[in-house]
Amino acid sequence: MSNPITSARGNLGRTAAAHVILIAYTILALYPVFLILINSVKQRRAIFNDPLALPTAETFDPIGFQTVLEQGNFLLYFQNSMIVTVVSLFFVLLFGAMAAFALAEYRFRGNLLMGLYLALGIMIPIRLGTVAILEIMVAAGLVNTLTSLVLVYTAQGLPLAVFILQEFMRQVSDDLKNAARIDGLSEYRIFFTIALPLVRPAMATVAVFTMIPIWNDLWFPLILAPGEATKTLTLGSQIFLGQYVTDWNAVLAALSLAIFPVVVLYLIFSRQLIRGITKGAVK
Amino acid sequence: MGQLKLENACKSFGTVDVIRDVNLEVKDGEFCVFVGPSGCGKSTLLRMIAGLEDISSGDILIDGQVVNTTPPSQREIAMVFQSYALYPHLNVRDNMGLGLKQAGQPKAQVAQSVDRAAEMLDLSAYLTRRPGELSGGQRQRVAIGRAIVRKPKLFLFDEPLSNLDAALRVQTRIEIANLHRELGATIVYVTHDQVEAMTLADRIVVLRDGRIEQVGAPMELYNNPANEFVAGFIGSPKMNFLNASALGAPGKSVGVRPEHITLSDSGAGIDGRVSHVEHLGGETLVYINADPHGLVTVRLFGEHAYSVNDRLIMRPDMARAFHFDDNGQRLHPTPA
Repeated sequence: MSNPITSARGNLGRTAAAHVILIAYTILALYPVFLILINSVKQRRAIFNDPLALPTAETFDPIGFQTVLEQGNFLLYFQNSMIVTVVSLFFVLLFGAMAAFALAEYRFRGNLLMGLYLALGIMIPIRLGTVAILEIMVAAGLVNTLTSLVLVYTAQGLPLAVFILQEFMRQVSDDLKNAARIDGLSEYRIFFTIALPLVRPAMATVAVFTMIPIWNDLWFPLILAPGEATKTLTLGSQIFLGQYVTDWNAVLAALSLAIFPVVVLYLIFSRQLIRGITKGAVK
Repeated sequence: MGQLKLENACKSFGTVDVIRDVNLEVKDGEFCVFVGPSGCGKSTLLRMIAGLEDISSGDILIDGQVVNTTPPSQREIAMVFQSYALYPHLNVRDNMGLGLKQAGQPKAQVAQSVDRAAEMLDLSAYLTRRPGELSGGQRQRVAIGRAIVRKPKLFLFDEPLSNLDAALRVQTRIEIANLHRELGATIVYVTHDQVEAMTLADRIVVLRDGRIEQVGAPMELYNNPANEFVAGFIGSPKMNFLNASALGAPGKSVGVRPEHITLSDSGAGIDGRVSHVEHLGGETLVYINADPHGLVTVRLFGEHAYSVNDRLIMRPDMARAFHFDDNGQRLHPTPA
């Protein structure tokens, strides 16, 4: 038997060490973001002279933000990015959860094959099909529309969503679903009112994984929707990156602004990770 | 109102037959318990009655109506699950009322039914709580309440007491028995615990490998088991099976209940050595090693000061013994 006091102290030491490592990693990971933020409010010369320095009264200059907000349709780009991300996310979560529920809940011929087929997209990057996708979009008259982006991103996000959610759907108690069946709830209501709330933490995880690549993507907006009216934030920011001259103030300001919506969405989803509500359902 | 009839009911998963040719009739108001070891198909059979598993062949009739393809919600049944299966996001009142609400009953009527059931189960104070804020026993009462509220033709219980601790189990068992008396409802109850079966049932159905081994009132099964399996399963501690040829009896084995053996220090009988003694206060269980019978359990009333390695003579009450043949079937030797 170890002395409880020394073992508590040992635990404390271990906890402290773990926190030191985590804090160090956090600093390492966040430092580039921090650099973007501080340099976005510095004069162009100050950015190059001493990129690591904090802005002072002398070097402070919001010219980048002014450029961004005045030049180009920044608010429109912002809105486009937001619409594309949120709508894609909604469809990925809805269809992903539905497919996962069906695969986990119903015994039907080809169940396993269907699951593998849906997971195939995790291993094959959707960009390989860019040419074909462009041809389809041209044929469907969807080039330069946000719809085209939503469709592509929904397809891109579904495989991982189905794969992860399937596992969590299996963990939803059979008794609970059967009790609902006896109470006369339809399969749709069982899905929406019983299964979905119970897999909410997993949904939040999937949402975060799905959201970030969509928000940051440059490839598909550039190919499918490069028109002025449908430019996303990432694509819109490119105008400040010239072949010969780059307006670093504006680029850094645009990037700083682009961070916030993602942070807000992340905060919303991370709140869902709290699982208190599942307690007491079974056992 | 509330008859159940199974006619040649069969169920197979792929090539595996889990329920084979079950015929059973449960009368109105009867408390019928399915009992058997795990994997014997008793839960599957219950789920088939509920409509949660489809029936491979044969018929299920409730009140004379074939319900093979009727969805669970329209069979007028209610089910209580081992894991309670309460809706975590609804409070006790909504948990209990959901079935009625779903059936389109007016709000006032639902509230009234819920209140009445809550009163019966002592849950009135907890109606606004969520399942997460209740203890295990309270959760199980809510699950039972959810069943009562629907006024079903048939109550189905799937091992409802397995998740409760021993004291609560006895208490809830009594509550279920009282409930049955008050409601006069037809109940089908699944358990692997033969004590629950004995104490609750009007009629016990003993299942093994998807087949019915015997159906009868608890005392009928105790006093007149059809075969070795039922004899060993009903009664606690388990019946002893003694070597028939060593006793000069017909058949392969002689079944003697632990309470039907007396012990003495000398005289004629089966010679053995004490291997373990359990003192329970009101009764004493003595485990005795005796060749060629193996370990024999003897149940004595009151306190007895035997200790390990004592040499004892056992005298089984042969008038109350059962004889079984090589296949475990009961032999009825004519008294000589």
